[in-house]
Amino acid sequence: MELPFFYLFSAGIVITSLFMITRSNVIHAALLLVLTFFFLAGLFVLAGAEFLAAVQVLIYSGGIMVLYLFSIMLMNVQVAVRIRQWHRQRFFAILILLVLGFEIWSVLGKGVFPKMKVWPWKLGATPGNVEALGSVLYTKFVFPFEVVSILLLASMIGAIVLAKKKIDS
Amino acid sequence: MDIVTEALIAFIKIAVVLAVVSLVVAYLTYLERKIIAHIQMRLGPMRVGWHGLLQPIADGLKLFLKEDIIPAKSDKIVFILAPIMVLVPAFVVYSVLPFSENFYITQVNIGLFLILAISSLGVFGIVMAGWASNSKYSLLGALRSAAQMLSYEIFLGFALIGPLMLAGSLNMQKIVEAQSGGWFVFYQPLAFIVFFIAALAETNRVPFDLPEAETELVAGFHTEYSGMKFAFFFLAEYANIMVVSTVGITLFFGGWMGIPGIPLPGFVWFVLKLATMIFVFIWLRATLPRYRYDQLMRIGWKFMFPLVLINIFLTGLIKYLFL
Repeated sequence: MELPFFYLFSAGIVITSLFMITRSNVIHAALLLVLTFFFLAGLFVLAGAEFLAAVQVLIYSGGIMVLYLFSIMLMNVQVAVRIRQWHRQRFFAILILLVLGFEIWSVLGKGVFPKMKVWPWKLGATPGNVEALGSVLYTKFVFPFEVVSILLLASMIGAIVLAKKKIDS
Repeated sequence: MDIVTEALIAFIKIAVVLAVVSLVVAYLTYLERKIIAHIQMRLGPMRVGWHGLLQPIADGLKLFLKEDIIPAKSDKIVFILAPIMVLVPAFVVYSVLPFSENFYITQVNIGLFLILAISSLGVFGIVMAGWASNSKYSLLGALRSAAQMLSYEIFLGFALIGPLMLAGSLNMQKIVEAQSGGWFVFYQPLAFIVFFIAALAETNRVPFDLPEAETELVAGFHTEYSGMKFAFFFLAEYANIMVVSTVGITLFFGGWMGIPGIPLPGFVWFVLKLATMIFVFIWLRATLPRYRYDQLMRIGWKFMFPLVLINIFLTGLIKYLFL
């Protein structure tokens, strides 16, 4: 039952991301990236991580991408469309592609996770992975969680300070 | 066979919900015109049918037959997709709303979170409409809308955390059942007030209807739209009002759960509460003037945001000390 959906979502990710990097119109590219996030959320649901899927849609699609569009909308897209998109660097591109492709293929070919037959969140008798995630986050991983919070807070304050300076001067 | 019947039942449920919601949404426009008219000592629509009861159908037909104009310099694909992008999330959310104790399309353990995630996508349609129209008024309306909806989404989500802590589940049906001892609005009055204000802003309703402030922006993001595409934006707006109202009554007023002692079916209670909530939305529109943009942002970030944080802190403290 899950396999056809897996192929559907994976094909969706590949196709939308290919379209995304080949569009010359930035707005179209951003909207296609939203679609990619959607298919990715579908994959998360298949893996049994509904919470992650909802976060993916809420934060990436509903939050970050809207802000991206917000700023892209204000620039003159017509100019960007007319700029040359291909830079005749095909030789280097193919070279890097081959090296990276070989690396990924060799790593994946060995099978990174052959022993993980059962996903971690299915092991315990937890009622649902929201509760499981919450209890793990606030017991075992409370220190990294707090560190990340402080990091995000610092970056937010930094962004505000940077933006403020521009307004004053 | 089993999976086929299950799928069939699911499809029938979806069809019923879609049909009822579309009809109710169409009649909400009538309700709004009528209520505002009576508040302003007018009669409102009276010509089509008894007391104008067929007015929404006449309006629908008119919008169907109107010429569908796409501006010459617009981005055609995005322009056509935008109204769909607004309408689809508004309707998808109905899949997890509990209408009564045994009538709902599905129950998922991230119910409320899913509603927040899906309804956060509605802003894309508005941004797309504003940009694709290639018109200054549309773009300005879309920018305002994006900023407003993004900010108030945060307060909306944070306001819901208080009742969630009491319910201990994201499943909508379980949240309703957790309120059998008393509605959460009595335990979380602060959260309800913030939720209601944020809901008004999220649905772009008066007093926060800045994205379509007609005195400044003609009609905001949907200035260039006509015919059925225009109707889509309106349907989505009313569908969203119903969604936030349902979320509100599910989290704060016990959803389909009635007052003990009055034997009415759960669905009737649900409809009664929903109707009251929507009436308040319309009532406010007839009463309040519009906020200025800087006022809107100041209320949100400097007043409502600290308030919800205090609410979460207090709820946690009380729950830790006394429960």
